Amino acid sequence: MIFATVGTQLPFPRLIDALNRLAPDLAEEVVAQVGRSKGDWPALDIRRSLTPQDFEALFTSARVVVAHAGIGTILSAKRWQKPLVIVPRRHAMGEHRNDHQLATARQVDSMPGIHVAWDADDLRRLLSAPDLPPASEVASPSHAALIGRLRQFIET
Amino acid sequence: MPKRILAIASGGGHWQQLMLLRPAFEGHDVIYLTTLPGLPDQFDAHPHAIVPDCNRDQMLAILPCGAMLLARMLRFRPHVVISTGALPGAMALAFGRAMGARTIWVDSVANAEEISMSGKLARRVAHLWMSQWEQVAEANGAEYAGSVL
Repeated sequence: MIFATVGTQLPFPRLIDALNRLAPDLAEEVVAQVGRSKGDWPALDIRRSLTPQDFEALFTSARVVVAHAGIGTILSAKRWQKPLVIVPRRHAMGEHRNDHQLATARQVDSMPGIHVAWDADDLRRLLSAPDLPPASEVASPSHAALIGRLRQFIET
Repeated sequence: MPKRILAIASGGGHWQQLMLLRPAFEGHDVIYLTTLPGLPDQFDAHPHAIVPDCNRDQMLAILPCGAMLLARMLRFRPHVVISTGALPGAMALAFGRAMGARTIWVDSVANAEEISMSGKLARRVAHLWMSQWEQVAEANGAEYAGSVL
């Protein structure tokens, strides 16, 4: 199963539309939490919003999770060690108040298990890849460096 | 010697990031404060206490929120106060500083373009004021050492 989530704050119809077009070729159920996005998506199993329990259940049972480039989603993928495909929201398309998700996507693009879909072709390729590597719970070098600095400050 | 560390974050992304900083507190005496009941148990964060949430849009709620926070802090007497946000965390840094604690602000990694509002408030009371984005740190005079990503 593919689980798609756009978060609770803003709609993201571009991602849901793209999934609706891809779904017939994927031979896999696609469950999509769409928030306030508006549209007609017959190929998807649509949920408006989810309780934290339902969110966790869908997230952990999915083969792959596809989402906007939200920090919460990225941290959840690390915590539950899931392959995550992210589609950054773009300011120019009215999808967020600024382009911070592009910055986040560039930052996490090299992280194991976090796969950025910069366009619809990327999205198709990533979602049809059979063995997408999962995100890792292990702290990145940057995370370890932050911990080290805090330790040093606390202990002096 | 182990120090008393008060670690505080609002529920949601701020809390998730605070939990990722836990390895920095190992060997010390930590108390966790957050705004959402149930959250500390979900992450096995003990001991903990819940404080009321408040933000800039509800000025009246800031008084009881601040009073309960202060009462907790006076009892615990932290040596170090650390927060990832948001407003209750900034207030805790201010109280902590007034009580003689050393204070740390780690601005949320969600703020890739500019420091958060509560981060700006925390600036004057944080001994260590950090952004998790190098460019944001540089532009604002914050320290950058890495990020939880």
